Amino acid sequence: MSIDLEQFHETFFEESFEGLDIMESGLLELEQGDVDLENINTIFRSAHSIKGGSGTFGFTAVAEFTHDMETLLDQMRNGERQVTEAVVETLLGSVDVLRNMLNAIRDGSDIDVSSVAEVTVAIKAILGEESAGTGSTETQVAAIPAKGWQVNFKPYIDIMKTGNDTVRLLRELNSLAESAEVTINNDSLPLLSELDPEDCHQSWSINLIGNDISEDDIREVFAWVDDECELIIESLAQDDSSVGSEHSDNDCRETEPNKRKTDKRSNKPVESSSIRVNISKVDELINMVGELVITQSMLSRFGEGEEFNASTIEKLKDGLAQLEGHTRELQESVMRIRMMPISFAFQRFPRLVHDLSTTFDKKIELVMTGESTELDKTVLEKIGDPLVHLVRNSLDHGIESPQVRIESGKSETGVIELSAFHQGGNIVIQIKDDGAGLNKDRIITKAKEKGLVTKEEHLSDDQIYDLIFRPGFSTADVVSDVSGRGVGMDVVRRNIRELGGAVEVKSTAGEGSVFTIRLPLTLAILDGQLVGIGNETYILPVISIIESLQVKTENINAVAGNSEVYRLRDEYIPIVRLYQIFGIKPISTELESGLLVVVEAEGKKIAIYVDDLLGQQQVVIKSLETNFKKIEGLSGATILGDGTVALIIDIAGLIELYQKDMANVVPIKGGGLAA
Amino acid sequence: MSETAEEIAQHESNKEFKELLTFFLAGEEYGVDILRVQEIKGWDSVTNIPNTPEYIRGVINIRGSIVPIIDMRLRFNLEKKEYDATTVVIVLNVVNDGKTDRTMGVVVDAVSDVYNVPIDDVKASPDFGTAVDTEFVTGLATIEEKMIIVLDIDHMLNAAELAVIDKIAE
Repeated sequence: MSIDLEQFHETFFEESFEGLDIMESGLLELEQGDVDLENINTIFRSAHSIKGGSGTFGFTAVAEFTHDMETLLDQMRNGERQVTEAVVETLLGSVDVLRNMLNAIRDGSDIDVSSVAEVTVAIKAILGEESAGTGSTETQVAAIPAKGWQVNFKPYIDIMKTGNDTVRLLRELNSLAESAEVTINNDSLPLLSELDPEDCHQSWSINLIGNDISEDDIREVFAWVDDECELIIESLAQDDSSVGSEHSDNDCRETEPNKRKTDKRSNKPVESSSIRVNISKVDELINMVGELVITQSMLSRFGEGEEFNASTIEKLKDGLAQLEGHTRELQESVMRIRMMPISFAFQRFPRLVHDLSTTFDKKIELVMTGESTELDKTVLEKIGDPLVHLVRNSLDHGIESPQVRIESGKSETGVIELSAFHQGGNIVIQIKDDGAGLNKDRIITKAKEKGLVTKEEHLSDDQIYDLIFRPGFSTADVVSDVSGRGVGMDVVRRNIRELGGAVEVKSTAGEGSVFTIRLPLTLAILDGQLVGIGNETYILPVISIIESLQVKTENINAVAGNSEVYRLRDEYIPIVRLYQIFGIKPISTELESGLLVVVEAEGKKIAIYVDDLLGQQQVVIKSLETNFKKIEGLSGATILGDGTVALIIDIAGLIELYQKDMANVVPIKGGGLAA
Repeated sequence: MSETAEEIAQHESNKEFKELLTFFLAGEEYGVDILRVQEIKGWDSVTNIPNTPEYIRGVINIRGSIVPIIDMRLRFNLEKKEYDATTVVIVLNVVNDGKTDRTMGVVVDAVSDVYNVPIDDVKASPDFGTAVDTEFVTGLATIEEKMIIVLDIDHMLNAAELAVIDKIAE
C-alpha cells in the first residue's frame, strides 16, 4: 500500500482518546452497579475501533493489548462473565495503560512496558480460567520470525456483507510470503440454487513460506476481520516452539527507538490543535461570508466612477451600516466556532473522584451541572488543571472522613458539586463541597507563621480565606501526595488570572466551602472602555466597570495622609490615581476635574481616576508577550481604528500594584505618591 | 563600494561572507546581520508602556503585531539626542533561546550602508572603550579603513529585556 498513513495519525489519536473517554465514563457507570447491556456495548465498540485503528497503523502493541480487553468485554457483553468490581477496576486500569501507550506513541517516546505487562497479566488472570485457549494462544506474540506459518482462515458466513473481501486478504497475505500454498475447503458450499452470492462458505488453509514473517504481520492483515472469522495461526517450524516467549517481550517496535528522552518534557504540552465543529456553525459562516460579498460588491459600485451626489451618499451610508452589521455577525460566528462545551473539562472528574475517594477512604458523590455551557477552546484547555487541583483539594481537605461526618451529624457520603453557568458576560464555574469548611484560626496561625500577615493586622473573613491563594501557603497537617505541598492555590490563582479570570472562596465552618471561578467568554475580543489619561489612551474591560461618576468633593476622605477613599452610597472605595501608578503626566491632578471609574475584580473595588472617558468599542486583544513581556497592571494591547496602539488594563493586577504601592510608600516611585 | 568586484572575489576564494547593515550611533558605526533586519522605518510616535526603563520607548503597531521600540542611545547610556530627519527605527528579528522569534525595533541616529564582509575578517573585540558594552559585541570588522562594531543583537535585546524584569522585581 502506498498511501501515506502518517496523515491519518492525528485523527486516529484524536478518535482513540475520545474512545478512551467513552470507555472510562462507561466503566464508571458500570461500577455504580448499573449493568446496562447498551453501555457494555458502547465500551466494547470503543475498544474495538481502537484495536482496528491501531492495527491498521501498525501500532501492534496497542492492538494486542486492546485485543485482551476486547475479549474480556466480549464475554461481559455475551453475559458469560459477571460484572464485578475487580473486573471493572482492571478495565479502568487498562484504559489508563492504553492512554499512556497512545501518548507515548504520539510523542515518539518509549512505552512503559512494565505497566503494560502488569495489566496484561491481570487481564489474562481474569480471562485465564475459562478461555485459556483463545486468550493465551492469540496473544503469544511471536517476535521470533519462523520459517513459515500455517494460517487457517475460516470466515463467518456474512463476512462479505461487512464490506470485507477475502480475495484481498489472501492477496495481502501472499505479498508477505516468499511462496504460499493455499488449500481451499468448499465442503460447506450449498447447492447453486440455494447459494446467496453475498454469503461466504469457503475456508482456506494457507502455508506461508518465508523467513522473516512475524505473526504480527499476519495478524495485521486480518486486523479488520478479527471478529468475522476464525483464525488459527501456527508456526510451521515445529522444533522451535514459541511457547516460551510469553507476552513479556512486548513488541514495541512502533515507538521507533527514539532516544530523545531528555526533552520529553518540553514536547509534552501537545494540546490538540484541531477542533471538531458542528456543521451548522460552518454553514452559518458561509452564509455570512456570502452576505459580506454581496455588500462588498454593492459598495464597490461607488468606487467605479459613479457621480457622487446626495442620494449616492445616502446609499453609501446604508451600505456601510450593512457592512458593519455583517462584520459583527461574522465575528460572532467565528467566535462561536471556538466555543466548546465545558463537559470536555468536566468529563475527567468522575474518574478522578472515584480514584481519590478510594485513596482517601472517603465516600463521595460528584454532582455536575451545566456541562453544556460553552467556553472558548483555549480557556477550556487551560482551565483543566486548576479545576483538577480545586476538586482534589475539596476532596482531600474539604470533605471529612465518614466517621467524622457521622459524628457531626452529616450523612456519611460527602457531596462535591461542580457547576458551570453564565453570569453577566462571564462564565462562572463553582466547586462546592459540604465538608468542614475552611478553618479560619488555622489559616491565620499559619499565615503568621509564614510571615504573610503581621501579628496586629485585623482581617475580615474574606481576607482570611483569600490568604490560601498566597504563594507558599498550605495548611495540610500531613503532606499528602494529592495536595498539600503549598504550591497549589497560588498557582491556581495565577493560571486563572492568566486567562483573564478570577477565583475566590467563600466558606462556612462545618457546612463547606465554595470556590468560584469567573472566566471571560473569549480571550480574543473584549468590550473595552477607552479612557484618557494625559495624552495616553488606556482601555478598561467593560465587564469590570461598575459605574463611572463625577467627583463630589465632600465624598473624598483622606486616610492616613497618603491614600484616599471615596464614599459611594454605603461603601468606601479606595481612589487609584492611575497617572501616579503608571508615571504619566496627567491633564489635571484635581479629582474634581476628572472622572472616577469604579471597577471590581476578585471582589475588590477601586475607583480609578481618569482625565476623560473616550468611548466604548470592541477591541481585539494582542499579547504584549509575543514580542515583549508581561507588564504588571496590563493584560495586553490592542490596535485602535487609527492604527495606534492602546494598552489594556488588567484590573486585578492594577489593584495589586496599588496595594504594593501603598505598602511601601517610603521609596517614592517616579510619579511620586507624596503629591 | 565595488559590489561586483567583491562578488567575484567571493566566487574565487569561496570564503564565507556575511552581509551587514550598518548604522550610526553617537558618531560610531555599528553593524548587524542583515538577515535579521525585517524593515527600516522612520520614527513615528509610540505608545508608552508604564513602569519600564526609559530606553524602552514604547510599542508600535507593525501590521497588526505589537512591537516594542528600544532607544539604543539610552540603552547604552549615551547622550540623548533629539530625533531628527535621519533618525530611523530598524526592526529586527531576535532569536531567543534559539527558538522564540521576537520582533523588536531599535532607534538609531541614521542608517549607513550594507557591506559584504568575509566572516574571517570579523575580529574579536579587544576590551576597550567603545560606548557599547563589549559583552554585546560579536567583533570588529574593518572595511575601507573604517572600523565597524558588529553587534550581537540576540544577546543585546534579550539582556535589554532582562533589565526590565529586574527593575520591576525591585
